[in-house]
Amino acid sequence: MIPELGHFALIVALLLAVVQGTLPFVGAQTGNASLMAVARPAALGQLAFIGLAFASLAYSFLTNDFSVKNVASNSFSQLPPVYRLTATWGSHEGSMLLWCLMLAGWTAALTVLSRPLPAEIRARTLGVLGLVSVGFLAFVVATSNPFERLLPVPADGRDLNPLLQDAGMVLHPPMLYMGYVGFSVAFAFALAALLGDQLDAAWARWARPWTTLAWVFLTLGIALGSWWAYRELGWGGWWFWDPTENASLMPWLAGTALLHSLAVTERRGQFRTWTLFLSIAAFALSLLGTFLIRSGVLSSVHAFANDPARGLFILGLLAVVIGGSLLLYAWRFPRSGTPAAFGWVSRESLLLANNALLAAALATVMLGTLYPLFLDALGFGKVSVGPPYFDAVLVPLFAPLLFLVALGPLTPWGQGSVADLALRTRWAFAGALVLAVAVPFTQGGIRPLAALGVFLATWILLGGGVGLAAARRRSGGSLGSLPRGFWGMQVAHAGLAVVVLGITLVSNYQSERDVRMNVGDHVDLAGHRIVFKGATGRAGPNYVADRATMEVTAPDGRSFTLYPEKRKYNATGVGMTEAALRTGVLGDLYVSLGEHLGGQAWSVRVYHKPFVGWLWAGGALMALGGLLAASDRRYRRAAATEGPA
Amino acid sequence: MKRWLPFAVFAVLLGFLFVGLWLDPREVPSPFIGKPAPAFSLPVLERPGQTFSPDQARGRPWLLNVWAPWCRTCRKEHPFLMQLAASGVRLYGLNWQDQAREAADLLAEIGNPYVLNAVDHDGRAGIDWGVTGVPETFLIDADGIIRAKHSGPLSERVWNRKFAPLLQGKGS
Repeated sequence: MIPELGHFALIVALLLAVVQGTLPFVGAQTGNASLMAVARPAALGQLAFIGLAFASLAYSFLTNDFSVKNVASNSFSQLPPVYRLTATWGSHEGSMLLWCLMLAGWTAALTVLSRPLPAEIRARTLGVLGLVSVGFLAFVVATSNPFERLLPVPADGRDLNPLLQDAGMVLHPPMLYMGYVGFSVAFAFALAALLGDQLDAAWARWARPWTTLAWVFLTLGIALGSWWAYRELGWGGWWFWDPTENASLMPWLAGTALLHSLAVTERRGQFRTWTLFLSIAAFALSLLGTFLIRSGVLSSVHAFANDPARGLFILGLLAVVIGGSLLLYAWRFPRSGTPAAFGWVSRESLLLANNALLAAALATVMLGTLYPLFLDALGFGKVSVGPPYFDAVLVPLFAPLLFLVALGPLTPWGQGSVADLALRTRWAFAGALVLAVAVPFTQGGIRPLAALGVFLATWILLGGGVGLAAARRRSGGSLGSLPRGFWGMQVAHAGLAVVVLGITLVSNYQSERDVRMNVGDHVDLAGHRIVFKGATGRAGPNYVADRATMEVTAPDGRSFTLYPEKRKYNATGVGMTEAALRTGVLGDLYVSLGEHLGGQAWSVRVYHKPFVGWLWAGGALMALGGLLAASDRRYRRAAATEGPA
Repeated sequence: MKRWLPFAVFAVLLGFLFVGLWLDPREVPSPFIGKPAPAFSLPVLERPGQTFSPDQARGRPWLLNVWAPWCRTCRKEHPFLMQLAASGVRLYGLNWQDQAREAADLLAEIGNPYVLNAVDHDGRAGIDWGVTGVPETFLIDADGIIRAKHSGPLSERVWNRKFAPLLQGKGS
């Protein structure tokens, strides 16, 4: 009964989306206020009904209703309740439902918070979101019904993929989707501006906090995904340049470029066309990412040929949404571009460089991700593009970008001077140079790439310090009175520097040993002594495991115990390596249990990952910076003073 | 025109994505296709004391199905293998990495579609054939040349697409 209720709620939501995607446009075109006002109840109703559908599915999972096909395929009676809940979005159908729920959530938030906007713009923006929602709800209802029943009812489920049974996976998909879907708001604002031919800079101010918030979620989603891969895939890698990851990195790069170009458009009225384009591009890439993952075109998680309907449907959706908005963009392309009114050395020019480099990085990642598909489609055979390509081409793009990160905030709008910049940053530059030699030296030897990475990271941090000191002087000595937008930028840039430090140090100075260990054997790594005390059997809720006991003595003499496991999941018989970690500020010790070699002997891998935690801490800092910036009083005040037109 | 560029790029991309929908990224062509079947000489499961080597199957096209009793997917393709055997296809088994030696009992229970099974306990022959997992199926022609390979369970669909066209006209 409950699944049918969910299915019904989904159909009602689809009908409401159709209403939201049509009537407000008609109202905006004809100036009919009551038609425009339909958008609000339609959007709120949609959220209520999709929420109901989602709750129904979650209920089916929590109560182990294996008569629902989705539950039977992705859950198991022994699965712990928290993973039964996350299994709700662990499958294709459930994750698409989550996508729709997120979109409804963003739309509802916009309806509530967009009261001060001019009525036509508001109606058109909500209308665009309604149309996107129609597409995705229709996709779910037509090809990916999560409530499909299964007859005969199986006695038990086939369990959630063991890889997904991890704390990182509880939050990763919702965060990522919040980010993907959040870019729909900037997209809708841009389309509303194009449709209404109101291409002034006003829409940029409205879109900016929403875009920042979406970027915060996407940043957290990517960081969580990387953290999950690190802990769960058993060998301590944190980024693989896998198509799935690239699918989330591409909208992130576009979104980061958009954040910066929105700043210019809002403050200076420049880059208008480009900002419009980026708003479309960021959401288009989110859709493309969804397509790449869901269709199996690149990484065939589900052999796609078995179900062409889904891939075709999303492709059609892409064609309509992205193709349609790019056509609109071309059609309404502003005839009179705003002439560039800034000097060679100015914040505008640096942000332009930022956008150019981010766009180049985006194109590079996109080319690398789709290249195998291009060649295969043209009949040139199968290739795979891996880390060597991405490392080789992205370092030269990111290095100048990071160098400019420190300079951008120190450069005035309009016109600055190189001499002035050089004078202000000379100590930061010198300090970064010293640290670029000193830090690698303490980590076991100077290497060119390590020195470069440390230099860029500390250059950003010290440059941020210069900016803070200057702002403090200007505001009369009180840091607290500085606007949150300023703090947000500083924190986000510092977070970026922390990520760069983490990446640099872990990729240059990590060490590993791969050994055969008998009870009592030890292995030494990076000053740690790891002693194998034996392995014993242990039963988990839905798996059985061999659990090894490893006594570790750290370089400072303290000792602790790690318990890496080798699990076998009851429902599927799938084996999993559950690594054990000791996390620290200066680095992680990572122990992973390999194969049983007979008797008491096991193959064991130990890794020392210096500063790896900084990667995710930096990601969290970046997100915190975004949150600060999005909550700047300016947007709330701007919203309050901007009465309805 | 500058303004149409994004749309043009997107249209090209869309075309590629459309074509991509019909390709399988996991399907890597086997380097063994067109090469002579690697030799081995292994004990026959059904007739203790005898050995089998690929040369003995020459003269007519035959299939080598690599499987293991512990492999669940192999159980899934088993009904189709029975069907193939019934239709006269010469199906040989390579019983791969069966450390528990359960194959004979299992086949007695669920039915044996194979002419015979070569027992590859330590998986060495499998390595020579480039086996990465089970099930995998090879088509070898009358002259002992590998003509096709499929990773994953055989099904009617796969059979009609990959194997049947090669067998037609050669007589199976």
